[in-house]
Amino acid sequence: MARSGFFISAGKRLVTGPPLYYLWVLLLLVLAGIGVSAYAVQLKTGLIVTGMTSYVSWGFYIGNFTFLVGVAAAAVLLIIPAYLYDFGPIRDIVIVGEALAVSALSMCLMFVTADLGRPDRVWHLIPGLGILNLPQSLLGWDIVVLNGYLFLNLFIPGYILYNAYRNRQVNMRFIWPFILLSIPWAVSIHTVTAFIYNGLAARPFWNASILAPRFLASAFCSGPALVIILYQIVRHYTKFHVKDEALHKIAEFISIAMAVNLFLLFAEFFKELYSNTHHLSPLKYLYLGLHGKGNLIPWIWTAFAFNVVAFVIFLIPATRKNFATLNLGCVLIIIGIWIEKGMGLIIPGFIPAPLGEVWEYMPTTLEVLIAIGIWAIGLLILTLILKIIIPIETGEFTAAGTVANSELRHGQIAA
Amino acid sequence: MSDSNKTTQETATIRRDKKDRATEAPACGKDSIQPDRRSFLAGAAAFLGLISVSSCSWQEFVQNHFQRMTKTEIEETVERLRAEYKGKYGKDFVVGTEAPIDGTLFGYALDIQRCIGCRRCVYACVDENNQTRNPQMQYIRVLRFKDGNMDLEESSIYYDPEEVPEKGYYYMPVQCQHCANAPCTKVCPVRATWTEPDGIVVVDYNWCIGCRYCMAACPYMGRWFNFADPVIPADQVNTQTHYLGNRPRMRNVVEKCTFCIQRVRVGKYPMCVEVCPVGARKFGNLLDPDSEISRIISTKRVFRLKEELNTQPKFYYFFA
Repeated sequence: MARSGFFISAGKRLVTGPPLYYLWVLLLLVLAGIGVSAYAVQLKTGLIVTGMTSYVSWGFYIGNFTFLVGVAAAAVLLIIPAYLYDFGPIRDIVIVGEALAVSALSMCLMFVTADLGRPDRVWHLIPGLGILNLPQSLLGWDIVVLNGYLFLNLFIPGYILYNAYRNRQVNMRFIWPFILLSIPWAVSIHTVTAFIYNGLAARPFWNASILAPRFLASAFCSGPALVIILYQIVRHYTKFHVKDEALHKIAEFISIAMAVNLFLLFAEFFKELYSNTHHLSPLKYLYLGLHGKGNLIPWIWTAFAFNVVAFVIFLIPATRKNFATLNLGCVLIIIGIWIEKGMGLIIPGFIPAPLGEVWEYMPTTLEVLIAIGIWAIGLLILTLILKIIIPIETGEFTAAGTVANSELRHGQIAA
Repeated sequence: MSDSNKTTQETATIRRDKKDRATEAPACGKDSIQPDRRSFLAGAAAFLGLISVSSCSWQEFVQNHFQRMTKTEIEETVERLRAEYKGKYGKDFVVGTEAPIDGTLFGYALDIQRCIGCRRCVYACVDENNQTRNPQMQYIRVLRFKDGNMDLEESSIYYDPEEVPEKGYYYMPVQCQHCANAPCTKVCPVRATWTEPDGIVVVDYNWCIGCRYCMAACPYMGRWFNFADPVIPADQVNTQTHYLGNRPRMRNVVEKCTFCIQRVRVGKYPMCVEVCPVGARKFGNLLDPDSEISRIISTKRVFRLKEELNTQPKFYYFFA
């Protein structure tokens, strides 16, 4: 009875909102619809509708997937100060970060599915029914860690919020191990994803030990940058309170992560340029072009410029604490890392091909439409989750339907 | 939205010759639908038909991994495939399931000194192994090098002279190297590809989920993906097939050279060996010390491609 009561009132909350909410949801639904239609064409015709070939066999989908794994992993940067160091301003808002992780993970799974030639055979991956090639296949491991992380990020906030909704005390002894587990798990999703590429001796561009550390460093830039923007949107449109202090703390993390990211990039550049072996070719293709071909040159230099400018913005306290420049820096980082970790990472891995051929790749319109559709579905998931959890957090939405007992929130959880 | 649809159509048209569309047999009669404006707009409805569109029959959908099927299940599957191929090409197919012969480990050797770069092997392979003609696919790439180096990045497969061999160049055909330490089989998330006891690296086309991780892992361009429904004119299709080899494939799965498993398991040479006009290609049992391949390895100076990657190919190159 109580449970169905929750779902009914949650459902009501989802369908009521200001005009802007309807407009936003409608926009996302339209984009999602276009994406789904485009995907139907891909299903019926085959992956030939994409720009991928047997030379460049992964492209835009896997690029977006890689970027989004980073976004999901970055929730750990909120979880550590919130739960371990009990840093008040972040502890109060960590749940929004976890919601972002959930929507990023759902997008990851959708992008991988879109990339799959035979989605009708996904059951082959289910252990027992099918065969999950563990421990050999890193893709197998990635499926395990991504789904595990999705579970943790649904379960932890779900448990805390449901208790808040029911006005019950949270049993910390029960939930604490899950919170602790989610920290290394967040690192693991990005490490395993890096290892998917890293383990391939056939692709010198990926087969460098620096890949996993760089993955983490760049993830800790892009994820938190998204979080900063998301928090400002949330606090503008809801009663959810986010202290500036929390945002500035996150900005500080970003400046450190970006410094590490740029340093690792420099280390990679040095090794390849100074030793000047054939392993330099993919990097040369990416930044300068190879055999007269260089589709990615403008993209990667944009990413480089954006990352450097953002680094400067985040480094200087005055620009870091000014919201205009802070937001500019966030946008630059999101775009910069999206290019660098997406197309900029995946495509040069395939160029030149193992037998030396330079075969370029660009996504087709259909591929881009499918990707937009997936982003729209992901944002829709995020919107709907926030629509439910924020009122619970602020105490507007409880079983009793009163605001009186709304004090039961994270303040008591961490006690 | 209509604009995007147009782009889709254009892409599809550019890549698939219009002429060939007419001859193109549908993958599975009832479900083959060409994309059109209406279906694009009615995408949500089409999405519900995901399973019916992307798999041909219920039996195919639930089909087990080849190595996990019982004898009867394999027989039933072979019968179903034969009926499917009959419907598609109007011919009776042999879909063999010959097991590896005890005491055999197949190896290959290629004499770079003799190869003239004529590409007869490339085309014979396409015919023998039922590779799609549109879009095109070829398992063998013949690399042309300028005398004086063996730098893959300087090589080219796009040479088109009046006559081969050309002065100042030499040729090196590359195909699946059937590595003893294969990076491709290791990465497959569903074990749809594996090394048979006789050393042949095979793919179960009905188990492959089309993730293409194996293609990223292969250092030799040994794997190819069916980006669209494979097209083979009915009069050119080879009806002598093997389940793990040259039986007709479906779209969105990976395929590769199998040393002509349908031939070598019944005592014949691979097609590329048979067709080579200069006898540059040698094939045999590595476990038999008196076989030609064993004698070449013990008496000639051989090398393997990208030996530094420790893939341990069973494909040797030599200079006779």
